[in-house]
Amino acid sequence: MSDILLDVRKLITAFDTDSGLLRAVDQVSFSVKKRQTVGIVGESGCGKSVTAMSIVRLLPQPSGKILEGEILFKGNDLTKVDSKDMRRIRGNEIGVIFQEPMTALNPSHRIGKQLSECFLLHKNMSKKEAWQASLEMLHLVRIPAPEIRMSDYPHQLSGGMRQRIVIAMALACRPDLIIADEPTTALDVTVQAQILDLIKHQQEELGMSMILITHDLGVIAETCDEVVVMYGGRIVERAPVKTIFENPRHAYTKGLLHSMPHLDTPRKSMLPVIPGMVASLNQFVHGCRFCQRMKREGSVLRERPLYKEISPNHWVEACPQCVEGI
Amino acid sequence: MRRRNLTTMQPLLSVNQLKIHFPVLGGVFKKRIGSVKAVDDVSFSIAPGETLGLVGESGCGKSTLGKAIVRLYEPNAGSIHFQGHDISHASQSSIRPLRRDMQMIFQDPSESLNARHSVRSILEEPFIIHGIGNKEERRIWVNQLLDRVGLPANSADKYSFEFSGGQRQRIGIARAIALKPKLIICDEPVSALDVSVQSQVLNLLLELQQEMGLSYLFIAHDLAVVKHISDRVAVMYLGKIVELADADAIYQKPRHAYTKALLSAIPEPKPSVKKTRILLEGDVPSPINPPAGSAFGHRINHPLYEQTIGQTFPLREIEPNHFVAADPCCLSTEDYAKVSQTV
Ligand SMILES: Nc1ncnc2c1ncn2[C@@H]1O[C@H](COP(=O)(O)OP(=O)(O)OP(=O)(O)O)[C@@H](O)[C@H]1O
Ligand SMILES: Nc1ncnc2c1ncn2[C@@H]1O[C@H](COP(=O)(O)OP(=O)(O)OP(=O)(O)O)[C@@H](O)[C@H]1O
Ligand SMILES: [Mg+2]
Ligand SMILES: [Mg+2]
Repeated sequence: MSDILLDVRKLITAFDTDSGLLRAVDQVSFSVKKRQTVGIVGESGCGKSVTAMSIVRLLPQPSGKILEGEILFKGNDLTKVDSKDMRRIRGNEIGVIFQEPMTALNPSHRIGKQLSECFLLHKNMSKKEAWQASLEMLHLVRIPAPEIRMSDYPHQLSGGMRQRIVIAMALACRPDLIIADEPTTALDVTVQAQILDLIKHQQEELGMSMILITHDLGVIAETCDEVVVMYGGRIVERAPVKTIFENPRHAYTKGLLHSMPHLDTPRKSMLPVIPGMVASLNQFVHGCRFCQRMKREGSVLRERPLYKEISPNHWVEACPQCVEGI
Repeated sequence: MRRRNLTTMQPLLSVNQLKIHFPVLGGVFKKRIGSVKAVDDVSFSIAPGETLGLVGESGCGKSTLGKAIVRLYEPNAGSIHFQGHDISHASQSSIRPLRRDMQMIFQDPSESLNARHSVRSILEEPFIIHGIGNKEERRIWVNQLLDRVGLPANSADKYSFEFSGGQRQRIGIARAIALKPKLIICDEPVSALDVSVQSQVLNLLLELQQEMGLSYLFIAHDLAVVKHISDRVAVMYLGKIVELADADAIYQKPRHAYTKALLSAIPEPKPSVKKTRILLEGDVPSPINPPAGSAFGHRINHPLYEQTIGQTFPLREIEPNHFVAADPCCLSTEDYAKVSQTV
């Protein structure tokens, strides 16, 4: 199975909080093949970003910890790599695009300096070469008047421009894997289309793989090969993109697809929503967490449903209440 | 029916020929070498109970416009009237009482939530600033707010960094609705949320509007969301409004070339459908060095661009209540002829 670039196996990540050690990611397994794009969707707070941050070991410190599991990247277990090697891998082999650009940018450094740093750190370039390379990256992500923008501070840029700077930083070193957490949410659809095109192009040219976290099901449909659906720190469904949209099996996936506003829904009408509220981390049951939300009772809340492959490449958390005919 | 009501009422907010320019500094001495015309001659109004959607290219000035309305920036020219008061140059202290009625939900929640404060103190702050309620009342209100935006009650004692991006956005929304304002500037309020929570928040905003007659300026990139919540929609391009009409009209019969491109770029949530897009080639224009003529015409390399150099393109009413910039590069020949006659 040498075409697998990243293999996440039974990952458990927790936060040490006042109410104890809480699992934000609870036994998550999925893999990413070479050149493949895997999308992650799910309720806000379900652990998508924490999964991503676990892979590159950028968990909030000191509270965030990987408790169990393996993260095999090119066969190497990243949970065992020391922090110096991890720093080299990050940026060089794995590029990261963060959800909130302001957290990835240093507010007191100019854009040009921050971008150049990637090249200085990872590519052994001279200052001048790094500057030139940075300028090219800004061109690539379609920042107008890039020469002038190089000397701007992050707060002087619009939300979408900041996001494109972060994208430029992630692409800069031509990594093998890009982890993109909501990379285009801050962009208008025309720029979004250009950026997705650009990422796709780079991906084909350099053979990159990508993990794409987004709420935009349209973006998922257009860019992903495979989709992972998370709920309450776990994967409830995972399948090729077409299967997820055309033959979803888990009740949560169905609910998600159903609540999307369409251009033809009547204006100002109430939109369908999934009833109830997701429990907080310290109140999650061990059993099926979607059943918990639906206020169902009994053994479904006690026994964790099996995560199983119901047809080739189609995995579900096989709760008898949430998956019909299982 | 509804529309007529909205337009004949005294507007809650009216913005006239507003300009917000930022200095561009350069050279070793950091002298002013030019300016970013982030908002350049923008006019519109919002009626009580109305939602105006605002869409446009990234960097076109939407957030700047929103921030100027809540007076985080002072206008370089033009005026802003809120509830009949001219607030264009009012001092921060004289705006404070009006602030209660005008709130903003920010695009990047980490911009507005203090990481060192608990959620309770973030949500209590508006009440404290305006001297409303005692400690016990505030405790109850905070719990109600959390419930309203779908966060568990025990969130109050956590810090904002302990939440996911979408959860943080809900804290921002709770804070904005705390004082039951009349107008909320919503800058990308739902783009950080998954579609199910997004629907909850949109339903919440719609309910609040029905209950309290709230108005919204709703900035977003998701055009399906904008259409759903808005009565009218304004499309911005490089600091200017280029089209403004009823939500249905904009989507069913867009007139401006940029609006058309925007609508064609909406990603389709069906993996088997491949849409034909109007792909925008060329560079996004810079507000630092805007093209001398039609900005969008320059972008798409329009054959008529040369003729537009030095011209401006005021909004004209092409159909009742449907306004579009009279720009020959951006309209069909027919539409351009039609708006040219209305002069
Ligand atoms: N530093 C932290 N301390 C404690 N809990 C945390 C911390 N960071 C995140 N969490 C919790 O971990 C869970 C997963 O968060 P995560 O950021 O992965 O969500 P997400 O799926 O990315 O959501 P969103 O779509 O809103 O970005 C959430 O319940 C969140 O409250
Ligand atoms: N504080 C500031 N100082 C200098 N320039 C600024 C400042 N804030 C914004 N700008 C500039 O003003 C222009 C408009 O920015 P604004 O943030 O309003 O765009 P936007 O339409 O909200 O974009 P996005 O959709 O990407 O959020 C941009 O060119 C930006 O760089
Ligand atoms: Mg996240
Ligand atoms: Mg903005």
